[in-house]
Amino acid sequence: MMLIPCPFCGHRNESEFAYGGPVKPDRPDPHAASDEDWVDWLTTVPNPLGPVEERWWHVKGCGTWLTIWRDTRTHCVVEGSGDAG
Amino acid sequence: MRDRRLASGGRIDRSRPLAFRFNGKGYRGFSGDTLASALLASNVRLTARSFKYHRPRGIVGSGPEEPATLVELEGCHASANRAATTVRLEDGMAARSVNCWPSPGLDLGAVSQLFAGLIPAGFYYKTFKWPGWRLYEPAIRRAAGLAGAPDAPPPDAPPPDGHFEAVHAHADVLVVGAGPAGLMAALVAGRAGRRVFLADERTEAGGSLLDRRMEIAGRPALEWVAESVAELTSMPNVTHLQDACVWAYREHNFLMVNERSPANPSMLERNWRVRAGKVILATGAIERGLVFPDNDRPGVMLASAAQAYVNRFAVKPGERAVVFANNDSAYAAAADLLASGVDVAAIVDSRDPVPDSARDLAGGIPVKGGSVVIGVRGRRSVKGAAVSKRDGQGASTIDCDLLLHSGGWSPAVHLFSQSRGSLRYDESLATFVPDEAAQACVSVGGASGELSLASALRTGAEAAAMITGTEMPDLPTTTGESYAITPLWRVDAPGAKGRAFLDIQNDVTVDDVHLALREGYENVEHVKRYTTGGMGLDQGKTGNINIIGTIALQKGVPLQDVGTTTFRPPYSPVSFGAIGGIREESVVLPYRHTPVTQWNLDRGAFMYEAGARWRRPGYFLRGDETFQETVNRECRAVRECVGVYDGSPLGKFELKGRDAGRFLDHVYTNLMSTLKPGQCRYGLMLTEDGLILDDGVAMRLGEHRWLVSTSTAHADAVHGHMEELLQTQFPDWSVHVTTVTSQWNNATVCGPRAREVMAALGTDIDLSPEELPFMRFADGHVAGLPARVVRVSFTGELSFEINVAPRHMRDLWEWIMEAGAPSGIEPVGSEASHVLRVEKGFLSLGHEVDGTVDAHDLGMSWIMSKRKADYVGKRSVELRRRGKAVRRELVGLLPADPNDQIPEGAPLTPGGEKRPSEGLVTACVWSVVLDRWVALALLENGKSRHGETVHVRLKNATVAATVGEPVFHDPDGLRMRS
Ligand SMILES: [Zn+2]
Repeated sequence: MMLIPCPFCGHRNESEFAYGGPVKPDRPDPHAASDEDWVDWLTTVPNPLGPVEERWWHVKGCGTWLTIWRDTRTHCVVEGSGDAG
Repeated sequence: MRDRRLASGGRIDRSRPLAFRFNGKGYRGFSGDTLASALLASNVRLTARSFKYHRPRGIVGSGPEEPATLVELEGCHASANRAATTVRLEDGMAARSVNCWPSPGLDLGAVSQLFAGLIPAGFYYKTFKWPGWRLYEPAIRRAAGLAGAPDAPPPDAPPPDGHFEAVHAHADVLVVGAGPAGLMAALVAGRAGRRVFLADERTEAGGSLLDRRMEIAGRPALEWVAESVAELTSMPNVTHLQDACVWAYREHNFLMVNERSPANPSMLERNWRVRAGKVILATGAIERGLVFPDNDRPGVMLASAAQAYVNRFAVKPGERAVVFANNDSAYAAAADLLASGVDVAAIVDSRDPVPDSARDLAGGIPVKGGSVVIGVRGRRSVKGAAVSKRDGQGASTIDCDLLLHSGGWSPAVHLFSQSRGSLRYDESLATFVPDEAAQACVSVGGASGELSLASALRTGAEAAAMITGTEMPDLPTTTGESYAITPLWRVDAPGAKGRAFLDIQNDVTVDDVHLALREGYENVEHVKRYTTGGMGLDQGKTGNINIIGTIALQKGVPLQDVGTTTFRPPYSPVSFGAIGGIREESVVLPYRHTPVTQWNLDRGAFMYEAGARWRRPGYFLRGDETFQETVNRECRAVRECVGVYDGSPLGKFELKGRDAGRFLDHVYTNLMSTLKPGQCRYGLMLTEDGLILDDGVAMRLGEHRWLVSTSTAHADAVHGHMEELLQTQFPDWSVHVTTVTSQWNNATVCGPRAREVMAALGTDIDLSPEELPFMRFADGHVAGLPARVVRVSFTGELSFEINVAPRHMRDLWEWIMEAGAPSGIEPVGSEASHVLRVEKGFLSLGHEVDGTVDAHDLGMSWIMSKRKADYVGKRSVELRRRGKAVRRELVGLLPADPNDQIPEGAPLTPGGEKRPSEGLVTACVWSVVLDRWVALALLENGKSRHGETVHVRLKNATVAATVGEPVFHDPDGLRMRS
């Protein structure tokens, strides 16, 4: 079970969080984006072998949606979401 | 029966004899015995049959490495597939060998040995392929399976609750293993004041010192062990568990510890989940076997195991032994056996010359250097060892009833490897040792390849001193011992004929590995899977290295290049119960209740799971009603007079802030911001890919204040969805979401006589259709309680949803029942609610809505706002509908025979024939208004097929039904607006 750094609560067990998936690019303007770009944004999820930026929801804690960089090979959180206690 | 117990010695309590049964026969052992030592003491030698060939097997090891004797425990100890060497003997215990029927001595499955040639490596993948594996699977599994899950416990077993427990713990230093290295590390870390968690899988501390005759500080080593344990016990900062196996090393220094014998007698096992700052792996080393023909016969045993049986359990595993070794450690074992009265006929050493350090330990036992065991005499029990020089010269047979072998020692790197640390092959030790750590852990003692007692104490102390930043303590003196090895991966002398086992548990031989290599499975991971070598419950603790050696020899490459397979949890088998801990009906994962739950239970409500851990009444059975009569009665009450249901579990969220209206316009498909305070609107939420997330109601409480209600099961998903959007996409929008699901309870009074009940309750809210029309709400009092009354309807009837604070809910409920009695009020469960919504064609997520359906398919195009330029899911729905794909659309179905019920989920096919389906039935209920079965269905182009006859295809029948509007009652919605 991973330890996930919450900017408000500090390092907490993974079981307190809900996984929010890798961070996608910003939502394209639905009026300007081509069909291909829209579908690409919708369905292509970053899946690198190495650090990935991803979101977690501290649902059984403070309720924050936070972002971390996690190395998919090692589970190491290489960059947290700010300092926490 | 011959008693093989020594007259004195051992770590057993002779004042506490224990009776146990094995394969139906009664035996005796002592407290301190394992099942294996007690069987050996009772001279039970044939204890098992092998997995694939049903060959007779005995006890091979003395701990979790045991590959041969698996047992199934019965009664209150019920457990499947335990290694006999890890079962702590208890009074009244009953055990059975797995893999043999009716007994290991007379095993009918043993005929499969005759067909052994038909079961080579990979036979699962090659044989039995035509016409289908499933035809053969049951028979093969029966013949070659292990034990099944235990049957239900007998009546005298402990109560089902409290059997297992899972607890969390934190430690500055987690020490795995309480042998000399682990004890030393725990002492140093404990004295430094750190929170220490020490766990060891054996029933008592000491590790290898229990099995051997060693000295520390000039005294028997076990005196040092006892003093160390006493000192640890005196430290409040130290948690010390025995019979507690650390079975998993997960990410971020999270380890699982299975405590097998917690002090609390009502508890079978306790699983600790330990988060550790630093981990010291003092897991010791495991002796591996040698690979020679028939090395699996009962009586062939690891040298270290025999040493453990004479020293720790005071059991002579045989009368006359031959020892076969390629290293020095077996000499000490031989000496201990000799000292215990076992006649050691010879030490057969493959090395040439045998080092003097080894010869010095032999103590007069004849040593045959440069020699190997080329065969075993005796089928059900060893009767002799065939020995020759490595080149095959000078073959002879030595009579013996015990053949001990030692292929050297492999550090128990399992946990280190699980933590993703890398391994390196050490030439001088002929084994893999820890290389680079991936987490905050350090290996000490035997686990790091430091095989002497002195270096175990030293490395244990060093690791703890470094972690704690304290001085190295003075280390006690020890008896010296040497260790030297020349690897022998298999015996290939000319006379060596017969099956030589690499993995005794899974019946994998040298020939199997050669076959796998010949067929192109060259990677060690492929060899493992193709042969199943190392895939047993013992995880190949004694044999994996020999498989790697065999591959290396055959391919002519160094072992480092072959590498090891990946070590995965569990290190030793763990009960599922221990992993789960206590779950149901407990404080760990409780059900959620409303203030009316007890009232429901008191009236015999049958409770249903309603999602999100809520339980709601399904129906209120009364008298000798049938289920259908109950549901009909509850439905009729709502349609003909009045009913009431508890809507408290519905998700409720309050949104505040000046951007709340704008935000709701973005998450709902329809327009919300145009609502005025006091108004509410039914709405649909989509995910960005256009799928329906939830349907619910938004109420505008004030200019910047809203209340959103959701379905019960999707409340959490909707909450996460809203928070994610607000926190990640619109952090600058001023909207604050508060969960108020449990702050608002509600009772919904519904039916044509609902207004009567409201009047009888008494309210200061004007409930007239003019003042409080459909889809409006008002705050005030009901029955003297502060309340909010909302005019929504999920039944199609006139409805008043009375929302109150939870502390008032039970009163409100009882007063409603009282006030409604003259009108014939009935409490309504989920079954009736389901019927009522189907009659109205109201959608239900999970029934009509799946990942293929959008609002247009449901006939709800009106809810997809055309005025809004954008909302979540809009673009995706439009994109998908632009194609020409045929859509499945919601329709009503009337079965041709009104008494035909259609199973929910049944497919519709053209003409009811065996053809691709054109839809499915999503719901089918007995309609009390039409007095017949009615159904909802998703049907290809359904909206344009009203009046057609379609066919439901069932297993043995087809049901014809007429297509129509998906509404069977009050199509204009006049009643709910009344
Ligand atoms: Zn938090």
